[in-house]
Amino acid sequence: MYGWIWSHLPGPIWARAIIAVLALAIVVLVLFEWVFPGVSALLPFQEQTVTDA
Amino acid sequence: MTLQSPPEPGLDASPTARPTRRSIDHVLMLVGEILITAGVILGLFVVWQLFYTDVQSGRTQSAALDELTFPEMPRVAAGTGTVDTAEPAAPELVELIPDELKVYSPAGAPVLGKQSEATTFGALHVPRWGYDYVKPISEGTSRARVLDALGIGHYSDTAMPGDVGNFSIAGHRTTYGKPFTDIQTLEMGDALVVQTDSAWYVYRVTSAEIVQPSYIAAIAPTPDQPGVAPTVASITLTTCHPRYSAAQRYIVHGELEYWAPTGHGYPSEIVEGA
Repeated sequence: MYGWIWSHLPGPIWARAIIAVLALAIVVLVLFEWVFPGVSALLPFQEQTVTDA
Repeated sequence: MTLQSPPEPGLDASPTARPTRRSIDHVLMLVGEILITAGVILGLFVVWQLFYTDVQSGRTQSAALDELTFPEMPRVAAGTGTVDTAEPAAPELVELIPDELKVYSPAGAPVLGKQSEATTFGALHVPRWGYDYVKPISEGTSRARVLDALGIGHYSDTAMPGDVGNFSIAGHRTTYGKPFTDIQTLEMGDALVVQTDSAWYVYRVTSAEIVQPSYIAAIAPTPDQPGVAPTVASITLTTCHPRYSAAQRYIVHGELEYWAPTGHGYPSEIVEGA
């Protein structure tokens, strides 16, 4: 999968490296800002209220 | 990262055998990469939960405090100066609430009406956690809208500050800005100071307990005595216990000592050296 992506990135190696790092940064940003907060609220690890539910 | 299988010795490289072998390799490779990716994402989740939530929620809670327009700025944790300036204000320069304005009874205390969810209506000062400790209090206990973002949340069905009944609030003990991280350090008699637009409410810690998550009696109008009509103004803090777990809840109860109108300075309880 990653090999396939790497071989399909355009440009010389340094350009591919920059694109790969940028793509990685975007993925981490999306995870940190949207995916993880959404998932975390559904997980039962961090509850601090008393509830009869 | 494509893996080419080397020609097997003694095997005839027939056109049917070779592609089958290669596609199995490809599938294994793909599965391996997916598993490694999943592992990295789980690791990132832990980093995010333990460290980055403090950054995100700290920012949100800071902004919520800055938006409050109370007569005394909640940010100016009296005696220690503002959070943003390093120089503490000298205690003698901080105006203190005169004794004659303090009312040692809930009678006549201004009580806020019902707030809409996620509205920040007050601030909590806890000198035991530092004279500069001040956090916004917002309406509701929804994880996503209040507790994970704005910090301390008020149980909607419980009393408002100063009212006879049980003003109950929840907050994270770890992560998300962790407003109640040091809850176990509170001692009997410690001040819990709630600030709203119209009044200061000074509560004193009366008891602490560790309970099951289903123990809703903790936030009953008379704490721990459901069904009993309240006669005093109480405060209850709930958070998780033990740290990094949701197995139990750590509860701290307090009672109103006095209230005073805003606009006349700060309660001496939150002024260092006063």
